[in-house]
Amino acid sequence: MALDSKIPSGPIQEKWEKHKFDLKLVNPANKRKYRIIVVGTGLAGASAAASLGELGYKVEAFCYQDSARRAHSIAAQGGINAAKNYQNDGDSVYRLFYDTVKGGDFRAREANVYRLAEVSGAIIDQCVAQGVPFAREYGGLLANRSFGGAQVSRTFYARGQTGQQLLLGAYSALMRQVAAGQVKMHARTEMLDLVVVDGYARGIVTRDLITGKIETHLADAVVLGTGGYSNVYFLSTNASNCNVTATWRAYRRGAYFANPCFTQIHPTCIPVHGDKQFKLTLMSESLRNDGRVWVPKQKGDKRPVGQIPEGERDYYLERKYPSFGNLVPRDVASRAAKQVCDEGRGVGSTGLAVYLDFADAIARDGEAVIREKYGNLFDMYENITGENPYKQPMRIFPAVHYTMGGLWVDYNLMSNLAGLFVIGEANFSDHGANRLGASALMQGLADGYFVLPYTLSAYLAGQEKVEIGADHPEVLKTAAEVRERNAKLLALKGKRTVLEIHRELGLLMWNDCGMARNEKGLNHAKARIPELRDEFWKNAIVPGSGEEFNQALEYAGRVADYLEFAELLVDDALHRKESCGGHFREESQTGEHEAKRDDDNFSYAAAWEFAGVGKPATLHKEELEFEYVKPSQRSYK
Amino acid sequence: MTLTLKIWRQKGPDAPGRFVTYEAGDVSPDMSFLEMLDMLNQDLIKKGEEPVAFENDCREGICGACSVMINGQAHGSKRGITACQLHMRLFNNGDTVTIEPWRAKAFPVIKDLVVDRSALDRVMQAGGFVSVRTGAVPDANAVPVPKENADKAMDAAACIGCGACVAACKNASAMLFLGAKVSQYALLPQGHPERTRRVLAMVEAADKEGFGNCTNTSECEAACPKEISVTHIARLNRELLRAALRA
Repeated sequence: MALDSKIPSGPIQEKWEKHKFDLKLVNPANKRKYRIIVVGTGLAGASAAASLGELGYKVEAFCYQDSARRAHSIAAQGGINAAKNYQNDGDSVYRLFYDTVKGGDFRAREANVYRLAEVSGAIIDQCVAQGVPFAREYGGLLANRSFGGAQVSRTFYARGQTGQQLLLGAYSALMRQVAAGQVKMHARTEMLDLVVVDGYARGIVTRDLITGKIETHLADAVVLGTGGYSNVYFLSTNASNCNVTATWRAYRRGAYFANPCFTQIHPTCIPVHGDKQFKLTLMSESLRNDGRVWVPKQKGDKRPVGQIPEGERDYYLERKYPSFGNLVPRDVASRAAKQVCDEGRGVGSTGLAVYLDFADAIARDGEAVIREKYGNLFDMYENITGENPYKQPMRIFPAVHYTMGGLWVDYNLMSNLAGLFVIGEANFSDHGANRLGASALMQGLADGYFVLPYTLSAYLAGQEKVEIGADHPEVLKTAAEVRERNAKLLALKGKRTVLEIHRELGLLMWNDCGMARNEKGLNHAKARIPELRDEFWKNAIVPGSGEEFNQALEYAGRVADYLEFAELLVDDALHRKESCGGHFREESQTGEHEAKRDDDNFSYAAAWEFAGVGKPATLHKEELEFEYVKPSQRSYK
Repeated sequence: MTLTLKIWRQKGPDAPGRFVTYEAGDVSPDMSFLEMLDMLNQDLIKKGEEPVAFENDCREGICGACSVMINGQAHGSKRGITACQLHMRLFNNGDTVTIEPWRAKAFPVIKDLVVDRSALDRVMQAGGFVSVRTGAVPDANAVPVPKENADKAMDAAACIGCGACVAACKNASAMLFLGAKVSQYALLPQGHPERTRRVLAMVEAADKEGFGNCTNTSECEAACPKEISVTHIARLNRELLRAALRA
């Protein structure tokens, strides 16, 4: 099947406006006849469900958490970008577009990125109107700060919990629609499969996490806003229940999965402390505004911080990238940290950490100012490590944080399956091979508030309305397969816990397909993953039954999907023999160890089609064209 | 270190519950409290027993999912953090630790340490929002908000909806939760058009859910992982009085 990205014609500045006019509309009286399923209630899902409900559609919203407000978007700390140019420092829609395409290392679709930049201002307006308490200046106007990969201050923030405040805004809009009867909320309900009839997405199969009941929900369109797949690495900054199940199940039903190897390693996380650890904690990138990253100049220097004189410290980001300094993009900062640790200059007991030092900022601005900006992050650091970052530098190390890959979607955010829309982190389109800080929140809300309501309406208006009954053979078959799979999981009474197998998979992925990748390592992972998968299906233990609240069963289902998905991620990394953004192939680097892209051979999005578990997926390419931002070697020097 | 854990086990909402004692060996001081429970669960699973159900997600102290009483205190003894941020270095070898679910009429137990907090969502549905349409809004800088008010609104908005205030209160009152929500909107001009209606509707909804009333003990503030101040309850009462006079 040919991939048609459906990018509208015309100059990039006019595409979205023109497209909005060209899109078909559903008349207000007819909207109530359509039922739309939205899975996931993070920034993308909640904003979409609320906006669609408000338009008059009947919306069914699903989340596995006990409340829509707990989706993992809440954990985003630093901020949200918008091209408001409130600072008069030279920002514009075009500059945000340019920075994002460049930051994504020329692997994103230009037209989508431009639209994202174009609607960014409206997002801030919307959130303020909802009562989101953004940081303000004394004059009462909104404050901004700068973030990695940008030379302007365009990031809006609400202390260190911007994601939570934006999500509460979207959640409050969603609750309003629930009260109005426009949205039916299904909390503690997990999507376990997609119902596809004759190539059209027609519904989902879910499990009620309290009673264990398997149910089918049918609709005129299905929207997935189910986030990313970082937890395939076991240790990541994602919430412990984040999973790939919804998108993976959709993939198994025919939706293409694009660029799974584009994973983002965040440079500022609290280092791993032991082998019982389950989860890594992120320290917001905004800390790099004031913190200086360094390691000792000498290899194996184990002296305490205070005994290392200024002249023997290597502020390696400032040294290597003088114009961006500590604010280089995430992929660049992460690889630089790995490099100094590989050289034996890492700090802390494991040698897998670098310092993030606030001494200069505290001396310059005073402790009170630093506390005002980052107080909650400093407290969190102290809780976890037992060390006081006002007195000694933080120790940080990169960790898996965000995934740029996801289900393939066209300009309308629809996958290759008609009626299946994918928004937020779950799709692949806007960040290319690397996402800039403070852009995830922007994309989630752009998709949900300002893109999907238009494009989904046009899809519905362009289709003949088809009623699928709950007794349709395809519906019954899909639900039966879900039951069968759960029964298979519950029959596992082996010797290893699911967590142990997940941890082993994660370590394998981190070592062979993490911050740096090479053919040998990838082939090793490729050989090992099917073995682990076999072991899971022979030797895992899944306690309890299906007809009850059973967290072990939920977890086993998610890990089973990771064990299939990991293979696709590795295949994608193997086939992309270039370095770009978060995907660093050691075979493809410059003399200065920077990522070397290969535009002649890899300037495309790789969209994979399912061919069966353990069988090589079929590759479809969407060639990327850069009419406006000409691909160049990305430089932050 | 080795700890003795007394954990509330309950099969389902209607089943009787009881404390079961477990021993947790090999606990490292760097572990988080929930990682200690993970370790216990791994042992239980291997022994063919049912793991302890407990709620958790972000493990960064922000999602509000984790909800356990530790030695009688919501989220444990250390102030200003959630259970997931509590680290084992605060415990001593040989300690006995009692772990219970939130206890409140409005939060029925689902299983073991997991409770149903959907009552808080229903209180929000009664009025915890500003009725704006997507897109139909003025420029973000059109209405200045004094920094002081914005900061106070942010103090209130920091509520993560975990329900610790309810669990800690002898009346199982949700006044701190309500106070935080009502304050946030009362402090911002965007919340003003619905100011009167909102507070009446939300307080009524909370009463209907079975949350108790406030008797100014301030245990909620002490238990709140985001250290939300009881001054927000005072503002809630003022808002309620103001609304009652206008209604």
